[in-house]
Amino acid sequence: MNDENKLHWLVRPSTIRKLWIGSSIVLALTVLAQTVIYVKGYFGFDAWFGFGAVYGFVSCLVMVLVAKLLGLVLKRPQDYYDEPESAQFPNSSHDKVKESSNGV
Amino acid sequence: MEFDIFSPALILLIAAVLICLVKGHARTAVILVAPIITLWAIWQIPDGVQSTVKFLSYNIEPVEGSPLRRLFATIFAIMVFVGGLYSFRVARWYELAAAFAYAAGAIGVCFAGDLITMFLYWELMAIFSTIVVWCGGTPGARAAGIRYAIMHLLGGVVLKVGIEGVVVGTGSIQIQPMLATDFSTWMILIGILINAAAPPVSAWLADAYPESTPTGSVFLSAFTTKTAVLALILLFPGEPVLIGIGLFMVMYGIIFALLENDVRRILAYSVVNQVGFMVVAVGIGTEMALNGATAHAFAHIIYKALLFMSAGVVIYRTGKNKCMELGGLFRTMPLTCVCGVIGALAISSFPLTSGFTTKSMISQAAVDGNLVWVYMALTAASAGVFLHAGIKFPWFVFFQKDSGLRPKDAPWNMGLAMVIFASLCILLGVFPEILYALLPYPVDYQPYSIGKVLFYLQLLLFSGLAFFVLLPLMKRTMTISLDTDWFWRRAAVYVFRIVGRILGSSGEVISQQRTRLQSFLHLIAVRYLGQPHTSDREERGVFARSWPVGTTALWIAALLSAYVLLYYL
Repeated sequence: MNDENKLHWLVRPSTIRKLWIGSSIVLALTVLAQTVIYVKGYFGFDAWFGFGAVYGFVSCLVMVLVAKLLGLVLKRPQDYYDEPESAQFPNSSHDKVKESSNGV
Repeated sequence: MEFDIFSPALILLIAAVLICLVKGHARTAVILVAPIITLWAIWQIPDGVQSTVKFLSYNIEPVEGSPLRRLFATIFAIMVFVGGLYSFRVARWYELAAAFAYAAGAIGVCFAGDLITMFLYWELMAIFSTIVVWCGGTPGARAAGIRYAIMHLLGGVVLKVGIEGVVVGTGSIQIQPMLATDFSTWMILIGILINAAAPPVSAWLADAYPESTPTGSVFLSAFTTKTAVLALILLFPGEPVLIGIGLFMVMYGIIFALLENDVRRILAYSVVNQVGFMVVAVGIGTEMALNGATAHAFAHIIYKALLFMSAGVVIYRTGKNKCMELGGLFRTMPLTCVCGVIGALAISSFPLTSGFTTKSMISQAAVDGNLVWVYMALTAASAGVFLHAGIKFPWFVFFQKDSGLRPKDAPWNMGLAMVIFASLCILLGVFPEILYALLPYPVDYQPYSIGKVLFYLQLLLFSGLAFFVLLPLMKRTMTISLDTDWFWRRAAVYVFRIVGRILGSSGEVISQQRTRLQSFLHLIAVRYLGQPHTSDREERGVFARSWPVGTTALWIAALLSAYVLLYYL
């Protein structure tokens, strides 16, 4: 307990637990509120019960997964552009290129 | 009025010069007062063309007023004021002078009545924004600035080609709505879209802005892309191609921001994302849509600058700009944290913020046009914005793990600038009528209905849930992401190198062959003409010997008979 008191109140495990519980309740309420509040759909299907919640969650899921997959292809180490030489060009033009790319 | 031909942009240009000339408190006074005078001047301009100047055979219209133009100029002037307040104690004088001249370009474009004036101010922006990037001062900033300058000067050339074409084709330099139907109009559209960071060159934005100083990026985030949006509204309302381009930008911004580790680069990608919303709106082209694009640009400048400001304070105080190195800063930077969160909520269009009252107009325009897919894509994108900018930015900077950093909170002027913009975000969210009254077309739109608020709360809060559920998938890595800029930063270098090597080796072959040819010709010459200085004892060249007369007669006979033969053939 002593250890926990040293932490900022916001990051204590007990607070975080309470935050999770609190936000779960809020999330449930926003969906349940649709039983009493009429959500006007523009195209029919977007007025379905809990549509906003499901659509928001699923589209985020898809975007994160797409980003993750693209990341496999596109991610490079931070200094990728820093060294103009790569292993693909280990040849005599080495020095010349280094010189000319210094300026750019 | 005799000042009709002077654009309010000139006030900021003069201020930029003054910033270079004066020092100390006088400079501070210039920085803070000039934008206010500019704002006053902007509101003195009535609607319509103010005056024309004959230049060559063209009627130049340096100043033309309209509600749309005034509104963009207004937010630019406000931006200069708050940006100046934010940076005057930290930024070097030349950065501020460049930023003021850059803003002058943006305001000049706002009031440009013809294509030539627009182009001039357009290039002014390109030049001085490059200098602002260079003020970053690092080798990275220098390189990024050069790439940025090349991109924008190229865009300027494309734009100029288009303008020339339109002037030749129609004989008019008026700024009037057109559609991309022929070569010149396409060139104009492409020139503008390059500034709007449209695909395939969106990469310049995330490449250059994060390299500038923490104060420079605040200015950079505001002007270039939004001026492009204004130009699109003026020149290409209802151009259908823009809907597709805009939707691509929206998704591109989200995906790349999700991959990113650099704090300001996340924000830069979300500039592309937000400008995408505006480009879609211009593509829809109805009055509601154009109102939405204008209002969204207005609100966007405020909250995006606010986000860049809070990121700037963090970088200024800690010297770190990677999500992996930051975290837990809410403990010692409460003001920056709160302002950053307000900006994040506004960009995510949370109810009661400016994002909600402006972005929903664009969605409404899609609904009115019965564009189901556009509406659904924009809605999904709204969720994605909350994911990448609304939560990701504040979470990784201010919360997340405890990085152990305990920096001081913002200096008073930076804090004040952030508070002003944060209050504006909320003011426009709670009282949207203030902004609606200034929009170019009459507004008949109710942003708040309880059903809609509930729908957006569901959408956004469950995106938030998705963020925390998927957090393990979003571990930051010390990486950058490849973008189309790979083609000019890497592929072009390879191509140059390969071409250089081919040219080099073919040059070698050519020079080898040349020496061989030379020695061969020399040999023949020696054989027939003899050495230059042949002594009598040596055998002379073939032609240099003394031949008997009979041989010559024989040759002549042979030649003549050949001639006769050829003649009869």
